[in-house]
Amino acid sequence: MEEEKEIRLEYTLARDFIDEVYSIPGGEQIKKCIQCGTCSGSCPTAYLMDYSPRQVFAMVRAGMRKEVLESEAILYCCSCYMCQVRCPQNIKITDVFYALKRIAWNETDLKAPQARLYKMSPIFFDIVRKKGRNHEIELMTRFSLTAAPLEIFKQAPIGIKLFFKGRLPLGGKKIKDLKELQKMLDVCEEHEVLGGVV
Amino acid sequence: MKYTYYPGCSLEATSFPYDLSTRAIAPLLDIDLEELEDWNCCGATAYMSVSQGRSFVLSARNLALAEKKGWDIIAPCSACYLGLNKTNIYMEEHAEVKDLVTKALTVAGLEYNGTIKVRHLLDVVVNDVGLDTVRANLKRDLGGLKVASYYGCQTIRPEGGFDSVEDPHTLDDIVVALGATSVYFPMKDRCCGGSIAGSVREQALRMSKNILLAAQREETDIIITPCPMCHINLEAYQAQINKRYDADFNIPILFFPQLMGFAFGRSEKDMAMNSLIVSPEKQLSSFV
Repeated sequence: MEEEKEIRLEYTLARDFIDEVYSIPGGEQIKKCIQCGTCSGSCPTAYLMDYSPRQVFAMVRAGMRKEVLESEAILYCCSCYMCQVRCPQNIKITDVFYALKRIAWNETDLKAPQARLYKMSPIFFDIVRKKGRNHEIELMTRFSLTAAPLEIFKQAPIGIKLFFKGRLPLGGKKIKDLKELQKMLDVCEEHEVLGGVV
Repeated sequence: MKYTYYPGCSLEATSFPYDLSTRAIAPLLDIDLEELEDWNCCGATAYMSVSQGRSFVLSARNLALAEKKGWDIIAPCSACYLGLNKTNIYMEEHAEVKDLVTKALTVAGLEYNGTIKVRHLLDVVVNDVGLDTVRANLKRDLGGLKVASYYGCQTIRPEGGFDSVEDPHTLDDIVVALGATSVYFPMKDRCCGGSIAGSVREQALRMSKNILLAAQREETDIIITPCPMCHINLEAYQAQINKRYDADFNIPILFFPQLMGFAFGRSEKDMAMNSLIVSPEKQLSSFV
């Protein structure tokens, strides 16, 4: 059977995408990718990905913005850093994947297909902003309710076990200088750069 | 030796036995811990996925507060260790990170000059304290106990610097110093799926299963780990893994200071072993 291949014309490619990704600290190193595939071979979740990490890098450089941001590859990255420590070109691969997650997250029209995969981080984000620390029981409960309400019954026994072992305290601690911390986080918002530092 | 202690959020909840056992063994090893006052969350992997700048700022507040005291930070949690350490290194190497963080710190009347280091508890125990001191504290002979050392990812990668990124040995060295047997465990630095456990549960279960399977094949009595996320995946989800994969894992997962404290003669209760979901009572019974 012949494989169907779509031909993309150059003018449909996002040529500034590569600059967006280069803007992360150390991101310009992507230019040096030699497409050796060590990253894909080292990745414990590559077999789940629609595009392997090596392909993602080729696509970033080609300007295939939409395909990259819609791909599940970036979401399956489990942040184990195996690719990063093995990369012969010293590309901070895991950091690049984080940057891609952030860009995808900020483009609301792109996050729909994998909505569930995006839900944990914003809840964590919100709790830490409000308390200064994470509160595990709140994180688990809110994530279950928003992302997978049907799975609550499956996950509940684990929460109950931890609770009775004294490992899920109900009251979350708030830090004293919370207002100062929130002000600090707001400073970042004023300097928002999607792929980059922020 | 004086250090600033940064427990992190997990050590206040799901991983409190880690906090308790760390504080218990520290004085025996001449580690003088002073908890960082009003510390905040390090940002972990989740913040990095939404805003890298804010994750740097979160970590930097802790660094700035710690620098006032001047002692290096001990972070027992591997995610905290990575977050704080990464921020420390990136502020030094990347001017744009330093600029942003400095702006944010200034708002809160703080500053950071990069004069302190972030250390993992495992690094401090092996390299500052040393294994001779560990041996000198032994009160129980753990001879015959088969222990698998599970490092996880973020303890040793990417910036770690105190152990091999592919073939770590520090935890194994502690096991041997305690008189126990360190089993052959090639999965020791493979990912448990921690950071995707919330989003792609099925995949995380599979990854944790493979780790438990490798340990079971070596007839491991106990797995020890320095990472709260690894701990919860391998321990709290063990029953679910058994059900999903028709397996019969019953391997207690201990935080490494729990086993150290036990070897140093402390009771199982003192080391909060009864707070573990997979009880190590049977495995440790012959050493009590």
